[in-house]
Amino acid sequence: MNYLLTKNNTTVDLNAIPVISYDDFSTDVSLLVQDENRHCVTYYGWKHLEVLKFICAIADDATAAIYLFSYELNVHEKHHLASLTHHIFAFHIFEREIHENFGIYFTDHPWLKPVRYAYDRADQNNTIANYPFFKITGNEIHEVGVGPIHAGVIEPGHFRFMCNGENVLHLEIQLGFQHKGTENLFLTKSKMSQRHLLAESIAGDTVVGHAYTFARNMEQLYGIKENLKLELIRSIALELERIAVHVGNLSALCTDVAYQLGSAVFGALRTPIINYFQWWCGNRFSRTLIRTGYNPYPLTPALCDRLVGVLDDFEKKYIEMSEEMFHLPSVLARLERSGIITQEQMHLVGAVGVPARATGIKRDIRTSHPFAYYKHVKYEPVTQIAGDTLSHAVIRDHEIKKSITLIRTFLSLLDTMPISEPQQKINYQTLALKPNQFSIALTESWRGEICHTAVTNAAGELEHYKIKDPSMHNWLALALAVRNNEISDFPICNKTFDLSYCGHDL
Amino acid sequence: MGIIDILIHQGKQYIPDLSKPVLPEIYRGLPHLSTKACGEGCNACVDICPTDAIVHTQGISLDLGKCVFCGECQSECPEQKIKFTNDYKIATNDRKRLVIAEGMTEGVKLDPDKVRAEIKQFFGGSLKLRQVSAGGDNADENELNACSNVNFDMGRYGIDWVASPRHADGMVISGPITEHMAEPVQICYDAIPFPKIIILAGTNAISGGIFEGTKSLNRSFLDKYPIDLYVPGYPPHPLTFINGVLAMIRK
Repeated sequence: MNYLLTKNNTTVDLNAIPVISYDDFSTDVSLLVQDENRHCVTYYGWKHLEVLKFICAIADDATAAIYLFSYELNVHEKHHLASLTHHIFAFHIFEREIHENFGIYFTDHPWLKPVRYAYDRADQNNTIANYPFFKITGNEIHEVGVGPIHAGVIEPGHFRFMCNGENVLHLEIQLGFQHKGTENLFLTKSKMSQRHLLAESIAGDTVVGHAYTFARNMEQLYGIKENLKLELIRSIALELERIAVHVGNLSALCTDVAYQLGSAVFGALRTPIINYFQWWCGNRFSRTLIRTGYNPYPLTPALCDRLVGVLDDFEKKYIEMSEEMFHLPSVLARLERSGIITQEQMHLVGAVGVPARATGIKRDIRTSHPFAYYKHVKYEPVTQIAGDTLSHAVIRDHEIKKSITLIRTFLSLLDTMPISEPQQKINYQTLALKPNQFSIALTESWRGEICHTAVTNAAGELEHYKIKDPSMHNWLALALAVRNNEISDFPICNKTFDLSYCGHDL
Repeated sequence: MGIIDILIHQGKQYIPDLSKPVLPEIYRGLPHLSTKACGEGCNACVDICPTDAIVHTQGISLDLGKCVFCGECQSECPEQKIKFTNDYKIATNDRKRLVIAEGMTEGVKLDPDKVRAEIKQFFGGSLKLRQVSAGGDNADENELNACSNVNFDMGRYGIDWVASPRHADGMVISGPITEHMAEPVQICYDAIPFPKIIILAGTNAISGGIFEGTKSLNRSFLDKYPIDLYVPGYPPHPLTFINGVLAMIRK
């Protein structure tokens, strides 16, 4: 096998990644991912010099290694390639994206349906209005279509249920409505103030997750040395974001099972956490908190004391509410055995985050590919085995508690750490990105595994920036979860997965 | 006893008067631009601004419809001319009023003469709104949702989110309006009964923000109809939204 072995948070010389034939690539990758510890974290192509260049990164959760593969194709020719999806289903979304962007045809791919209708897609005749929906016919079969505008205040997407009575046979999820051309903007907007803003706008509910991933990629490319104290502070932000979203999710879940007390109390408990971000950096969604190479908002002793107080009060109120909710038969009756997914299915689609862990898959980047400060933390992922909506909720409950513990540990370490983090604003124009590099950073955000990769050209400019939100893997898992459920259970299935539309559509 | 304990420990969650909360000093709301002279040849604020919100001619001006409140200009300016304050009442119905000039100390307000007569006539005690995310990043949507949570509780003023445009008096658009959402936005607007209020929530909706000018947007909808309220913010703070809407509907 011909690949380059690397790990999370590294840059490698782009030319050091061996370029192999597509046939070799296909054979090697298929063999490699036979092991269930290995999954594809990103696979994409871009126009590089005079060729279409492809990179595929396979992460090994057992050894923390990342295998990098590359192959190249002629830009001017039409290509028909044997599909990897045929052997390893988790590649379906990556091959669909490559097909949509470049018109490459993957033979024996089960369905090369559109991903997001990117504005620079290969076939401009393919439009969101003529989306090829899956059809099921029969006397008892009917369709229920909802969206792109939904009943609630949420992002747009179209869901089409194929039902037999109230039973969902299949759900088709059509996305793309949110497409804003985010990835290309990383190249055309060259100021770092713009790129930070873009990273914070990939998904506004995962600002720390994406901004932190972006910042680490840039630090690697600028050659800025890792500062453990800075990483510790960012880890506090990452865990705070996890608490805020998880507790907000439990509130929404209670709303959907008509449990008003849980809805109101969990909703109210989210407020002090996001308001803490407002005290810290002036923005409830932690925008501007993370900047490449320095910390613009020092965690002063007063801010640390405030955080201790916020967490103590939160914990008390959270635990009494969660004890109540997780022992209430009417809530449990709705969540138990709803939206079941199996571990086998989740391995098949390459799921990540809470939904994967809900079926017993121990996939958590904080443990398997630890980055920055997490290298010094022995974090044990929270898993469940039932794969139903209750499993997701229980994991969130445990993760909230674990994140509180982590933050307390981080705060105590802050005091004893003999170094200080850089706080001086950086003039990025005085720095240069290393030329001809491939840079990779993975982060376990509240939603799951985020992967950003960057490529620089010979002049040290950003040549390509690729974002993979965890939602890319997980949308299909949601469609599988609602099969053979009542259509009225869709909202709780959707809420437990809590996937990103803009993170997917970019 | 569990439930009673929870209720006692939660206490009163609502903010009694939504025009009164004082946000932390570090919160970036209305900026003050001093009349102090810029340094010779200095263009630092314009150069750092990610969304071209600052124009430097005679003095500087800052467009809150484009601003993402990142505060980069404030920390960049060697003369300390720019200071974001914690004033969150920055919504208006006049696009020009979002442009902050040097020396302006008065906050951003609505132009009462420009509020359509039917809005005050019909919606002072009840306003039902259909929210449409058209490329919103889910921070906008989260903050709009928060407007009706137990803390901000805009329902007390009769302001509510509704599921159907048929039940709505107006629409609240978030996001820069993507090409793929242009048609759904139009269909939703068409389904709303007159007088059809339009509110733009957040910087991306008002100007396109960092996405302005990309081929994946289609903002032609906004050229066709008058806008009744602009709510700046990245994302718009619930207090900005609710105070803005109240100023629009109250007599």
